[in-house]
Formats: sequence, structure tokens, C-alpha cells
Amino acid sequence: MSNIPVDFIDVKKIPQVETQRLRTDEMVLNVGPQHPSTHGVLRLEVVLDGEIVVDVVPHLGYLHRCFEKHTESMSYPQVIPYTDRMDYLASMGNNFGYALTVERLCNIQVSEYVEYIRVIMAELQRVASHLVAVGTYGLDIGAFTPFLYCFRDRELILELFEMTCGARLLYNYIWIGGLSHDIPNEFVPKCREFIKKSRETHKEINNLLTYNKIFIERTANIGILPADVAINAGASGPMLRGSGVKWDLRRDDPYSVYNKFEFDIPVGKGWYGTVGDCFDRHFIRMLEWEQSLNILDQALDSLPERTDVQAAIPKRIKTPVGEVYSRIENPRGELGYYIISNGGANPFRCKVRSPAFVNLSILPIISKGYMVADLIAILGSTDIVLGEVDR
Amino acid sequence: MTPNFLQDWLTKLLGNDAIPIVVVCALPLVFILVYALIAILGEMKISAWMQDRVGPMRTGWKGTFQPFADILKLMQKEDTTPSAVDKFLYNMAPYIVFIGAYAAFAALPFSSAYMGATLNVGIFYIVAISSLAVVGILMAGWASNNKYSLYGAIRSVSQIISYEIPAGLAILCVVMIAGTLDLNQISAIQSGGIQNWFIFGGPFPMEKRLLLLPVMIVLFIIYYITSLAETNRTPFDIAEGESELVAGYHTEYSAMKFAIFFLAEYANMFAVSAVAATLFFGGWQSPFGEVLGGPVWGIMWFVLKSFFFVFVQIWLRWSLPRLRVDQLMSVCWKFLLPFTLVCVVATALIVLNF
Repeated sequence: MSNIPVDFIDVKKIPQVETQRLRTDEMVLNVGPQHPSTHGVLRLEVVLDGEIVVDVVPHLGYLHRCFEKHTESMSYPQVIPYTDRMDYLASMGNNFGYALTVERLCNIQVSEYVEYIRVIMAELQRVASHLVAVGTYGLDIGAFTPFLYCFRDRELILELFEMTCGARLLYNYIWIGGLSHDIPNEFVPKCREFIKKSRETHKEINNLLTYNKIFIERTANIGILPADVAINAGASGPMLRGSGVKWDLRRDDPYSVYNKFEFDIPVGKGWYGTVGDCFDRHFIRMLEWEQSLNILDQALDSLPERTDVQAAIPKRIKTPVGEVYSRIENPRGELGYYIISNGGANPFRCKVRSPAFVNLSILPIISKGYMVADLIAILGSTDIVLGEVDR
Repeated sequence: MTPNFLQDWLTKLLGNDAIPIVVVCALPLVFILVYALIAILGEMKISAWMQDRVGPMRTGWKGTFQPFADILKLMQKEDTTPSAVDKFLYNMAPYIVFIGAYAAFAALPFSSAYMGATLNVGIFYIVAISSLAVVGILMAGWASNNKYSLYGAIRSVSQIISYEIPAGLAILCVVMIAGTLDLNQISAIQSGGIQNWFIFGGPFPMEKRLLLLPVMIVLFIIYYITSLAETNRTPFDIAEGESELVAGYHTEYSAMKFAIFFLAEYANMFAVSAVAATLFFGGWQSPFGEVLGGPVWGIMWFVLKSFFFVFVQIWLRWSLPRLRVDQLMSVCWKFLLPFTLVCVVATALIVLNF
């Protein structure tokens, strides 16, 4: 059960429960671990009163692979493929965060060209991750077709990645001090083509899914997360911005070259319901997709002179004794790496602050009093990836 | 050309009484089986084209043998029965659902010379017998000994019996205008070309037709929406909503029993589409009046119109999200039913005064 004190939880009063005269039993239903909608192996123990959710207890650990223990027996560059596999839908971001952390620890500077490529890859990855989030959210709500349109676009992004580093999902691309490959010559034209195509798909998905009356009925005023609850629980990313809090690490704690780009930070406005409901979170992902395309345009326009991407990669990583915490804005929220080094070749301790884990902990708070179908909608709007939740 | 034509002709030919009855009863079954193959392939291909894919391409010419492959696969699959199920109910349920769908075919007017059974209470019988499927679904959900199945079954039952009210009232309006419950007669009244179909007002003088036109269009839309709910199709497919309940009331069924459920769903889709086509779009009447009319061409027109409505059902399934269960009930009771009642009163006034 959650350790949050009882007076902090606001149980939504539902008229159906109030007017019941007959005493009915509550039913415990297991959603998962094998279930089409839990976005991975997640077990939700749901206590139901008819169709109304009385309590939700998430059981995690089905995908725990001891990432943090493994890092203690590998050298710093060897950890990077393992970071890919945590949030497998945003691998570039995982690599990026880890590389930034170690570079901050060892005081390594990379060239501006490398920084720009890193930002381009991170923003492409953000679009790809939001495409999956939007598509699978449509599937959860029952709309089968937007999923395929989103994956059609995602194919273009994965082709770009494959052209650069050979991999479609788990890249091992952003290394400590540089990148594993330089971008080929066809990358920039193909990326511009993708940006143009993606703007059309954005309009298409909005028309098909976002502004659909049935979708709005299913997601507006559902799973309302108030801003103070979100901040206290440690939410980040679209969960936090959906509740109206304008906090984005790319603007408020800038890293790499994000301070050179102009982009908006969309926040939830309660467009069709209340601020902080599921529709807000979904719409913010759609708007962030558009903003990422803007950043990509600007980055491709102002790409600096080509340099050797592996120039600053040290032959042997010499870390000083100490600890560092560094964070980036992953598509799911604030991804933080806390590395303690004792001067050796391996990290002494590498702790990952995973955004999906923290966002999932909010699920019991915001889903009490809604129906089973709403629970699925709320879970979909938290956009969790079990690889990251469990590590 | 009486609807008994085929039975009389066979009796004269064979001298026997039993064989013609069996033939006349088995023809809809054969039709259902053939139609199910086409509908399964149609759903796969149409959904694929709408989703920017191609669908099955390897089995047969561009995937046309895929339904045969699916049926063969289902026939040779292991029939797993969970050990804690209620054996009798579990085994009977798929067949009851199928019977509910199949029995409705007895009163569908395939052509002016053929109807499964010449009932003079045709449409009333159809509405009544298709409620048998509700019993089957409830049996399936309860006997499966599975909380998900029970959820699916209960939702489905409440949905179907709620939506029968607007459906029945919409049908009642058309019956009031036509003056008969027999579907064959209703098709026969709409003769003379496309302008005489009930959806465009019916074969009546101009003032009556103009008054009936908006009422008929509203009634058709109401009937079509309720038909989606009767057959558990998206946007009303909470009973089998994959993302919430895995597969709802047929989660625990495998192999042939699952195939029977599947078949029953497609048969039901055809039956409600056929009723919509007959009540509003002329049934076996050709849109050109006498050209391409008659008993033989009538079969083609009837099947074509029903297939078109089945196609729209498939189209809607792959475009729209799913309604939540309480929203679904609100749509029925707070939205469709008031419109339907207004239409009933309007139709009654028009029929009495013109």
C-alpha cells in the first residue's frame, strides 16, 4: 500500500456508491501481468466495487534485471548498452543522460558538432517515443487505426537511426565523450523529409483521435492530477506539465545546447475538461511532438562544421573520487543518473532515477473512484515503460 | 411469386414433403457459412487498407484463401476446457448464441420467391428470437468461471437489452407506415424504383412523403446505431473490449467453440444489416424499378445492400474508439430513446392524417 498519509488522499465521492442500500462485496481483480493494456509486465491488483475502483496496488518487478548491480562490475563505457535497455522506447535519451553524467564527473568537453547531433537524436527519439505513447493510448481507448499511422511515421525515424548507427531500437550511440558513428551524408535531407511528413501525420492524428468526441468523453475529466499532488509526488514530464506546472529541464536546468533553440513548453489548460486530466496529458504529448519538430528544424539549419565525433573520447576513463547527479528531460520525464565513483574503472554505484517509476506511483492516488475502463485510460496516460520502472 | 415458391416447386418435383423443408431450412445456413468466409476476408482486407497495410497476401491469390486457412486452423485446434467450468452451460453457450443469430434468418426476405419461413409476424419474430443470444452470452460469461468473462457478459447483456428498445420502436414506426409485419410485404410495398424506398419517404403522395422523409432518416440512423450495439461492434464493443477485458465473454473458449461465437457474430451482423436494408432501402427491390428486377435478381440486390451495411459496420469498427459502459447506457436511454419516442408520435400523426 502507498505510504502517503490518509488525509492527503482525496477519494472522489461517486454518487452511485453513496446511494447504494444493499451491501455488496468488493471484488479483487488482477490486471496483468499478462494483459494487452498494461504496456509491459505490470500487475495491478484492483479492488472493485462493481465497476468502481476502490483501490489499486501496482506490483512491480516482473522485468527487474539488476541493472544497477551490473554497473558495479563493468567499466564506464561498457554500461552504455545496458542503459539502452531500461527505457527501451527512448534509448537515445538513456544514453545521453548517462554520458552527460560521466562527462560531468570527469570534466570532459565535447565539440559543438557532437552536441548538436546529440540534440537531434534526442529530439527524434522524443518524437518516436510520443508516437508510441499516442498510438498505444488510442489502442487502450479502443481506436485501432491511429496506432498504425503512428508506427508508419516511427518507421521513418527508425530508418534514420539505422542509417546512422545500424540499430533500430537499442542504439548504444551516445558514448562518453562523443558518439559511436558520425551521421552519413543522406541523414540531413532525409530528416527534413521526415519533418515535413510528420507535420501532416500530426494533423491526421489530431483529426482522427484527439478531437474525436468519443475519445474526449473517455479522457476528459478522468484521472485528474492536481498540481500540488503532482509536485509532492515527484511527477515529471507530461504528467507534471499536464497539471499546469511549467517545468521542463530543457528550459529550467538546461544541458547540452538546448539554450540555443526556441521552443514552447506546452502546459495543461483543461482544454476539454479539468486541468490535469488524461486528455491534457495526451494533448501535451501531441504538442510536444510538434515542438520537437521545430527544434529539429532549427538544429538542422544551424548544424556547425563537421568534426571528428570520437575526438574527445578518452582512451581510459579516469574518474576522480566523488559523486555526481545529472538529469535530462526524457520523453517520460526527468531521467536522473546518480553516480558514485571511488576512482576505479567501474562505477562504485550507479543509481537511476527513472521517471516512469515515480509517475506510476501516482496511479493509486488519481484512479480511486473511477471505473475499470477509466483505470486503463489513466494507466495509458502515465505512459510507463516497464523496462524503466523495473530496471 | 409467393415466398413459398421454392418449397412448393421442390415438393411437386420430389413428391416428398420432408426433403424440401430440410432444403429450405438449410439454405440460410449454407449462405451464412459462405458469407462468413467473405466477411472474414473482407474485415481483414478492409481494415488493412484503412490502416495503410495490405493484410494477408500469401494464402491464395492476394490472400483470398485466408478464411479457409483460418477455419482449418480453428478446426484442428485443441479444445481446451478449464477444469472449474460449469460443463453443461460452458458447452451449450456458443450454440445458443448461434441459434439466436441463425433463427433470425428464417424471416429474412432473400427474394420475392424465397423466404425461410413464411411468417406473417416476420419482423416481430426477428426481434424476439435475436434476444436468445443474450441468454447464450450470459451462460458463456458465468460458466467460464473467470472474472473478466463475467464482466464482459454482464456488460453485454445490459447493452443488448437496453438497445432493443430504440431498435424495436424504430422498427415499429416502419411497421406503422407499411401496415404489415411481414418483411416480404414491406419489401414489396417499396416497388417502383429508388424514389419509393422508405428512406426517401415511401411510395406515397408528395405531402406525406415530404413529412415522412426527415422522420425516416432519423429512424434509420437510430436503427443503425442500435444495430451496432446489438451485435457488440465498436464503438459498443465493451463486452469484448480487448484492451480491458482481454476477450470478454469468450476469453476461455478455444477452437471450434470460439469459431461458433465468431460465426454467430458475423451472422448477427448480416441479419441486422439485412433488416436495415429491408425496412429502409427496399429489400430485394431493384433501384431501377422493373429493370433488373424479379425474383432472381432480387437475391443479388438484397445481398448487395446488406453487404454494404456490413461494410459500414466494419468501417466504423476500425475508425472509432470505444464508449465506456455508462456512456453507452446514457447514449441509449438519454439520447436515442427520446428521439425515437418523438419519431413514433410523429409517424403516428402522419399515418393517421394522410
